[in-house]
Amino acid sequence: MSDVTATDITASTAAELSRALQSGEVGSVEVTQAYLDRIAAQDGTIGAYLHVDADAALAAAGAVDAARARGEELGPLAGVPLALKDVVVTEGVPTTSGSKILAGWRPPYDATLAARLKAAGTVLLGKTNMDEFAMGSSTENSAYQVTRNPWDTDRIPGGSSGGSSAAVAAGLAPWAIGTDTGGSIRQPAAVTGLVGHKPTYGSVSRYGLIAFSSSLDQAGPMTRTVLDAALLHEAIAGHDPLDSTSIDSPVPVLAEAARRGAGGDLSGLKVGVVTELGGEGHADGYDPGVLARFAETVALLESLGAEVRQVSCPAFDLALPAYYLIAPSEASSNLARFDGVRYGVRVGDDGGRDLDEVMALTREQGFGPEVKRRIILGTYALSSGYYEAYYGQAQKVRTLITRDFTTAWDDVDVLVSPTSPTVAWSIGARVDDPVAMYAADLCTLPASLAGVPAISVPCGLSDGLPVGFQVMAPALADDRCYRVAAALEAAQDAARGHTFLAGMENPHS
Amino acid sequence: MSTPSPKGQLTRDEVAHLAHLSRLAVSDEELDLFAGQLAAVLDAVAQVGKADVADVAPTTHAVPMTNVMRADVARPSLARDVVLAGAPAAEDGRFRVPRILGEEQ
Repeated sequence: MSDVTATDITASTAAELSRALQSGEVGSVEVTQAYLDRIAAQDGTIGAYLHVDADAALAAAGAVDAARARGEELGPLAGVPLALKDVVVTEGVPTTSGSKILAGWRPPYDATLAARLKAAGTVLLGKTNMDEFAMGSSTENSAYQVTRNPWDTDRIPGGSSGGSSAAVAAGLAPWAIGTDTGGSIRQPAAVTGLVGHKPTYGSVSRYGLIAFSSSLDQAGPMTRTVLDAALLHEAIAGHDPLDSTSIDSPVPVLAEAARRGAGGDLSGLKVGVVTELGGEGHADGYDPGVLARFAETVALLESLGAEVRQVSCPAFDLALPAYYLIAPSEASSNLARFDGVRYGVRVGDDGGRDLDEVMALTREQGFGPEVKRRIILGTYALSSGYYEAYYGQAQKVRTLITRDFTTAWDDVDVLVSPTSPTVAWSIGARVDDPVAMYAADLCTLPASLAGVPAISVPCGLSDGLPVGFQVMAPALADDRCYRVAAALEAAQDAARGHTFLAGMENPHS
Repeated sequence: MSTPSPKGQLTRDEVAHLAHLSRLAVSDEELDLFAGQLAAVLDAVAQVGKADVADVAPTTHAVPMTNVMRADVARPSLARDVVLAGAPAAEDGRFRVPRILGEEQ
């Protein structure tokens, strides 16, 4: 990176920036300024960020440069900028979860993952847009703004982590944190040409993530390369006593798995193609181009030495209805905390109205339509007389889905599918049809319900738009996702002569 | 909800009742919109009823864990004024809330 230009910086991977910063070829202030300049020039079009504090970012970068100049021992990520989805609570930095009900709130503490990234010396560029309380697949449910897909600014960037996906794809951040409840890391990564990984449930602390569906929520990396995803994942993983569902096991070795995978040898790896996710008799609603790229990528796995077979997981057919009962039920309970008393806004407190009335007005004006729909649906599914038929039944279907995975692991090391049935759709196309919006999550929901890790890696274009390939692995075997994804990435990069994102035509700039 | 309607239906009145239970002061326009949309959603999610789940235990959580304990030791918490700074209304070092009881109660 000698004679670095701002364009070089914003086209670099985080791993490259890390190396350049450690060797002293560039300073963090220079890197951070290059991103801030690009945000200033382009985020008016993209709309990825809800909040950017240039002064704070430059101050943090300056502190890293000064520490390095003093010869202090710094970690590999020190000075590398990043973006956080606005669902991550950050001390003193506005945090809204995409909702008006938290407008103006500055949290008094850091989420565990934010604290870990701060301690690692990363530089926070800003907070990214999202569907309100992470409910959505297009980021159109944000109370604040529309975010546009850098590949085609008339299209959605996926969701709910669409601000993070758009920021990384547009070069407005080298990498970003997203959260995934039913696919909210993987689907936006797929439709913007990124790598996105949902870790094993319980392996990344949920402390300080504004809760949507607590039995499903997981945070993870959204990046330009598989190696970057592994490095960012390692930085946020590990047991946290502040999260009672945190798994007390060693931080997984993921970057090594990615480097090994990039060698390209998958000999002996047993891969299962899930019939129910786009296979024979289950292709309704899938773009032909998505299925074509998927089939080519499965063939590529075989050419790298993997043994591929079809695997049937019949209960996956019911993942969507089970998810859209479980997640709204948990949400209706979790969002009860927004009562206009302890944080956020309060509406209608005129001295005459009582607490119930003020609470109902606050929530009515503070929540958007999708959040209200899910609270109402969840309240219904949990109510006496319906509980067994809906919520109880969905929890049992969840058991069947987990059993399908367990049975599959007897025969295969990983399961694969398309990440999303379609490429990015046009902004506005599905906003009035919740059921159509939910169908975007068809392929990502099973791994969420079972709590197993799953990664999305780019696998080509359909109609000029990115297609994602999903690799699912057993709980705590996240390293397999990284190994397989890295092998695919390396083989595809070699075949096309450049990285996937470098192939973005008609970039928005 | 004293007289549940047949499974798979969600009437406008029921949506209004559920909104009240959820402390949402929804408008008439929203009720019209949500009733139709939620009927379609309910139709989709009711598919879970197709599964044969006799003798299947429910999964509440992806990681089977119960009673996670820690030592019962007092730890520092956030300072009161820091917490109250984020509240919509505070008074005398406490959250200030609208009245809870009516005049007659």
